[in-house]
Amino acid sequence: MKPPLFEYVRVSSVDEALDRLTELGDEAKVLAGGQSLVPLLSLRLANPAYLVDINRVGDLSHIANGPVVRLGALSRHRDVERSGLVAQSHPLLSATVKYIGHIAIRNRGTIGGSVAHADPAAELPTLLVALDGEIEARSSRGVRTLAAAEFFEGFLTTALEPDELLTEVRFPVLAAGTGWSIQEFSRRNGDFGVVTVVVTVAVDSAGRISEARISFGGVASTAVRASSAESALVGQTPSAELWKSAAHEAASSLDPSGDLHGTPQYRRHLAGVLTERALVEAHGRVEEG
Amino acid sequence: MTMDMELTVNGSAYQVSADPRRTLADFLREDLRLTGTHLGCEHGVCGACTVMVDGSAVRSCLMLAVQADGCDVMTIEGLERDGQLHPLQESLRDCHSFQCGFCTPGFVMTALAMIEEGSAPASEEELRENLAGNLCRCTGYQSIVEGVIEAVRRTTDQSASAQGAVEKRVS
Ligand SMILES: Cc1cc2nc3c(=O)[nH]c(=O)nc-3n(C[C@H](O)[C@H](O)[C@H](O)COP(=O)(O)OP(=O)(O)OC[C@H]3O[C@@H](n4cnc5c(N)ncnc54)[C@H](O)[C@@H]3O)c2cc1C
Ligand code: FES
Ligand code: FES
Repeated sequence: MKPPLFEYVRVSSVDEALDRLTELGDEAKVLAGGQSLVPLLSLRLANPAYLVDINRVGDLSHIANGPVVRLGALSRHRDVERSGLVAQSHPLLSATVKYIGHIAIRNRGTIGGSVAHADPAAELPTLLVALDGEIEARSSRGVRTLAAAEFFEGFLTTALEPDELLTEVRFPVLAAGTGWSIQEFSRRNGDFGVVTVVVTVAVDSAGRISEARISFGGVASTAVRASSAESALVGQTPSAELWKSAAHEAASSLDPSGDLHGTPQYRRHLAGVLTERALVEAHGRVEEG
Repeated sequence: MTMDMELTVNGSAYQVSADPRRTLADFLREDLRLTGTHLGCEHGVCGACTVMVDGSAVRSCLMLAVQADGCDVMTIEGLERDGQLHPLQESLRDCHSFQCGFCTPGFVMTALAMIEEGSAPASEEELRENLAGNLCRCTGYQSIVEGVIEAVRRTTDQSASAQGAVEKRVS
């Protein structure tokens, strides 16, 4: 189908965007890459009176390095995927972005759009929740920084207010000696994962696990951490049995719902299999590093 | 309310006005009568509507025409030069890479972007990954993969990796 009628508002600076959002309130939707919003318009699942197109805002596309990789809301998935800077400082982020859709989707889709859209199966929210990343939001009222855990509130629902613009997403870099893995199962390459898991594992000098993070996409209304399995891993000595039992613990802590891509049982099964693979791979990377 | 805009399509400059709700795909097909760009799903899934905007492959069903203001657009109609097909088109023809042809413009633009970016895939698997966003209901994909491998070979003679993949296929 075709998009419904709307008023098109093109802005060229953050301030102009904030002014328009303040003025238009919840009648308006921000248009970034359009890779989620335009399908929703065409399917008539969204019907905003105004679209505020931020694509011509000049200073929202930064990719900045440091202890935290900071990505401007308008940085495109493809630019992050191809960034040597990101590949070097945050290989897990590089690997994650490659799972998003197809090249033509990644050419337009933005980091901010993916995070603001908050699809529970999307990879970036799953990564942000794994890393305890942060989201910066601006409005005419000021700037605030939200932790991933408080930002994602539910299915396609975030803590962003209608007058707020997501301006930056922050991905903490992994500490030295931390291994990582992202595992996803999808029916076709580039589709949203049926289940996605992001894992990091850190090992101390005595060879024991000092920290473990396990975050799932596709199994709840937002990305979720498997905290019981994470705490069960800490202090343990890595072994094949340990990975198996932690993966089992993680999977049994989930209560996924079913849809045409998979029943709850199938999703839980996938979560277990993928978590075990991810733990093995993440630990392998600790040893390589 | 329509919006005035300027853009270049296949090398020709246009000054037009478009309704903001018009997608780039509909604008190309209905307003410019460039019907080589096909519409399958109209929500980003099938890849039939893929065109190049400022050198990158994009879904024209997910871009508003007014967003192409000031841009350089290339569609399937822009490939042939003076009656001479692009080497990619010739390769696809020679490898029988299409049957009904509905998906073909999308595959051509996706493969063209890949070739022009100079990111020739290192393996057949990677090539299949790059083409995975385009759906074909007829061929079973084998002949499309062969056609694109052949095109990579013809356009980048030195690309050893693509050669390897071709030899594997042909032998
Ligand atoms: C075929 C296909 C396959 C896909 N596969 C995947 C996949 O595997 N994984 C995945 O994660 N995604 C996938 N996507 C979605 C894609 O990643 C989108 O890029 C992303 O979800 C939305 O980003 P966008 O920039 O296109 O945002 P838009 O579509 O422009 O916007 C999405 C939503 O976010 C809001 N928004 C956008 N930017 C801001 C901002 N700066 N501040 C406030 N609100 C904002 C919009 O108002 C809208 O509600 C797929 C899309 C398609 C069409
Ligand atoms: S018509 Fe655009 S992707 Fe299917
Ligand atoms: S040739 Fe018919 S859809 Fe591809």
